Amino acid sequence: MTVMNMIQAINSAHDVMMERDDNVVAFGEDVGFFGGVFRATEGLQKKYGTNRVFDSPISENGIVATAIGMAAYGLRPVAEIQFADYIYPAFDQIVSEAARMRYRTAGEWFLPLTIRSPYGGGIFGGQTHSQSPEALFAHIAGVKTVIPSNPYDAKGLLISAIEDNDPVVFFEPKRIYNGPFDGFFDRPVTPWAKHPKAEVPEGHYNVPLGKAAVVREGEALTVIAYGTMVWVSLAAIEAAGIDAEVIDLRTILPVDIETIEASVKKTGRCVVVHEATRTGGFGAELSALIQERCFYHLEAPVQRATGFDTPYPHSLEWAYFPGPVRLGTAISKAMEG
Amino acid sequence: MTKDTERRNRPALSLHVPEPEARPGDPVDFSHFAIPAAGATRRPDPSAPARETHELVYGLVRVLDDEGKAVGPWDPRLDPDTLRRMLRDMMLVRVYDDRMYRAQRQGKTSFYMKSTGEEAVAVAAAHALDREDMCFPTYRQQGILVARDYPLAEMMCQVYSNRRDPLKGRQLPVMYSSRPYGFFSISGNLATQYPQAVGWAMASAIKGDSRIAAAWIGDGSTAEGDFHAAAMFAGVYRAPVILNIVNNQWAISSFSGIAGGELTTFAARAVGYGIAGLRVDGNDPLAVYAATVWAADRARSNLGPTLIEMFTYRVEGHSTSDDPNVYRPKSEGEHWPLGDPVERLRAHLVGLGEWDEARHDALQEELEAEVRAAQREAEKSGTLVTSSIDFPQSVSTMFEDVFEEMPWHLREQQAQMVAELEAKRK
Repeated sequence: MTVMNMIQAINSAHDVMMERDDNVVAFGEDVGFFGGVFRATEGLQKKYGTNRVFDSPISENGIVATAIGMAAYGLRPVAEIQFADYIYPAFDQIVSEAARMRYRTAGEWFLPLTIRSPYGGGIFGGQTHSQSPEALFAHIAGVKTVIPSNPYDAKGLLISAIEDNDPVVFFEPKRIYNGPFDGFFDRPVTPWAKHPKAEVPEGHYNVPLGKAAVVREGEALTVIAYGTMVWVSLAAIEAAGIDAEVIDLRTILPVDIETIEASVKKTGRCVVVHEATRTGGFGAELSALIQERCFYHLEAPVQRATGFDTPYPHSLEWAYFPGPVRLGTAISKAMEG
Repeated sequence: MTKDTERRNRPALSLHVPEPEARPGDPVDFSHFAIPAAGATRRPDPSAPARETHELVYGLVRVLDDEGKAVGPWDPRLDPDTLRRMLRDMMLVRVYDDRMYRAQRQGKTSFYMKSTGEEAVAVAAAHALDREDMCFPTYRQQGILVARDYPLAEMMCQVYSNRRDPLKGRQLPVMYSSRPYGFFSISGNLATQYPQAVGWAMASAIKGDSRIAAAWIGDGSTAEGDFHAAAMFAGVYRAPVILNIVNNQWAISSFSGIAGGELTTFAARAVGYGIAGLRVDGNDPLAVYAATVWAADRARSNLGPTLIEMFTYRVEGHSTSDDPNVYRPKSEGEHWPLGDPVERLRAHLVGLGEWDEARHDALQEELEAEVRAAQREAEKSGTLVTSSIDFPQSVSTMFEDVFEEMPWHLREQQAQMVAELEAKRK
């Protein structure tokens, strides 16, 4: 075991997979010599050569399209989109091509392709470096969407994503690259080094796709979150003094319905949390699933604590962000009645 | 700042919306087309720097002259058997197209797209490529499958979406896919296959393979961002890929000018990307063959991509869903100055003394019989008419292949659909 932050864990997942499988290649804007703007691929070009780790033109469309071609050839490309906010030029290639290749060819062609991208706010990135577009991908038939919340999961999930024979969109919550964030932006952040989830095996291991983690067991309330919001949720329930169960989804799609259902049936109350805009967000899907399956176990309406339906504002970031106050309100409402 | 009084004297701005020279009822006149004589265009060595091709993007590589003789430096000097085989494949595509077009009109399927007049673009290229090279076609290169001996009945089963459809009835007719035949799945979303072909070629180079990729795109869809991404990545990484632009003059009802065709040639885009470019008479099977071999040699020698404009004419409508007589003169195709690829190759073979009218007629009859037999065989497994009523595809296949393993939500939806169908039967 080694102590790693999320960047180091993600770098290590690349390293482990490139060592094991010659077909794994990594590319994207600034990914090669420089090792990526967040340094997720640092040192890999030196170790594996420019043939397998290289810079791409500033063309997200081209990055994903060529990655599809490489995957069709038989490689396992890991394509980096520098920020999730830049993924839209590649949207057509993901939605119309990658997601449907296995289906439209009746399994003749499949695409073992991973698209990594830092997402989410909390870093004063403004509207072009802060978005959380996961719901757009969860809505597409044929793509898996994965979001880790800590270094251990980040490495294990990324390895699983690279080994998966279907396209995976892998969103990395950049706010917690260096340490878990409790939502109190005015307090110093604890680095991962002091956290048990930063104990990461150096070699190969899997965290399975499609399986959520119960990160805190509790009886009074279920909080469902992923990415950065797992840590904000933990802080909020501690502040509220409530014995809540916190579920880290880890995979948005396919979502782990068993874990959700078991927990909500036990607690009878639920808050779903995400940083993304509210309307049509993944929280809406979670709320719908819960009322379809757990309605007669519910003691109160399912609450959503989310970002607002505005573009991500720069200077007003901490008014926008679903922090401790918004979560606290949602928790109180869910506990009423 | 400009004063308001000064601005008043400026001419009013106006928007230029390109219009084709002739619309229905107008006379057709292609006499202003600059068509270099066959054999007149220089042939650089395939290892020449890309810039040595850049004057060729405004010319036209032609081999067959008006008498059907092969002339000039691009003559690929093919043996008569290969020429006859190419002729046969083009004729077969035409017979197949006619048959499937009629099947659509008879209500046996929902949709069809013919490639009439453009057979050489696919067939001659397929003969010039290695069997192992990977093709990323559009919906008008069915000639590649025919040239690679893909079973006609299988193609028809795809068109019919019937029980034997290798794609399980999931794709619109003519969106074929065959991995063993090196024919990449046709999307239906235009241009997306172009940068994918570049990615495939990059992978081949990464692995030190010797196979190359070839892609086709229409003149209209070169306007997509995917075209730019493909040319950019292909140039940057010197990808072993042939990028064909099939300029058949029409994108449904929009003439090539709507895609920039009145400003310059499509081949000229190679200049901006610094890659090799050729402009080829797409109705001249020998020119298509020679240009493809030239570009393939180049790609196989790690000299990178070639952009080839195949200058041709879409004789029929875009698909069974449009009537071209509504937007272009009826007789435009007859006036096309570069003729018909089947007729030109036939004349060439006759001129060589390797073909005659009797053999041609016999071949035509033989191919028609072959297509009819294939159709009978295919229809044993149903057509779309029967399939849409009786669901000859097992209904549960609808949920397969979304993912390698079916997740819970698809299993639930599958059960729901089965219950719905059972309820309907009661």
